[in-house]
Amino acid sequence: MPVDPSFAGRTYPPTEPYDVGREKIREFANALGDDNPAYHDRDAARALGHPDVIAPPTFPVLLTFGATRRLVEDPELGIDYSRVVHGEQRFAHARPVRAGDSLTVTVSLETVRSAGGHDMLTSRSDIATVEGEHVATAWSMIVVRGDAS
Amino acid sequence: MSSPAPARPALEDVAVGTELPPQTFTVRRADLVRYAGASGDFNLIHWNERVARSVGLPDVIAHGMFTMALAVRVVTDWAGDPGRVVEYGVRFTRPVPVPDDEVGATVEVSGVVAAVLEDGRVRVDLTATSQGQ
Repeated sequence: MPVDPSFAGRTYPPTEPYDVGREKIREFANALGDDNPAYHDRDAARALGHPDVIAPPTFPVLLTFGATRRLVEDPELGIDYSRVVHGEQRFAHARPVRAGDSLTVTVSLETVRSAGGHDMLTSRSDIATVEGEHVATAWSMIVVRGDAS
Repeated sequence: MSSPAPARPALEDVAVGTELPPQTFTVRRADLVRYAGASGDFNLIHWNERVARSVGLPDVIAHGMFTMALAVRVVTDWAGDPGRVVEYGVRFTRPVPVPDDEVGATVEVSGVVAAVLEDGRVRVDLTATSQGQ
């Protein structure tokens, strides 16, 4: 059953704060096999002008992963998760995420469109510190495959 | 690849068509398990072959977000300070199957400068391929 395009614009309440830790950043960078000193060494990060170690560009997925889940679990949208494929992903950083940040995410369903029997939903996740500083925005486009395929 | 004091490319040395040093990444099952743990994405299709095949996939596939994270290394290693990446987007065109062996899958990433903007930002077009696709 196609997703009703009129759901576009719907916004979900902000998430509970996520505290970004140095060791979590290092763990994430290690999982990527990336030994860039900016991710691991506070002094190296400071030498680059950052207050603490910074996170890799895709680290916010840890926070926005829940965005897709919110849409998928919204009973009114009626999405079948087994038919969901990740189509596109984009991040825009006002500044890098860094250790010591306490971040909340506000998710909205930006667009809904259908093509070729599939639904394409783009969610927008606005990431901000608990103090209200905008840090990054992530867009995630998921494809919900239609019944025919 | 990284060094203690990464060199930053000077803007005057960057022009449309400038090629970034390409990189090749090997992705084995253990890498997917490690990424699953670090990212919190425990979708079974990224580590359980039985489940992956049951939903029509040829094998366990890499997380798209893992491939995305690897691909941007070409830019962050080149830029020196990974904090200089202000925007990054990808389109996922094909899954990367990861066989259960010591060889794993290979992801080759190349990048070329597509635009140099007036405010000093540089747009790089990245291409990631695996098994020629």
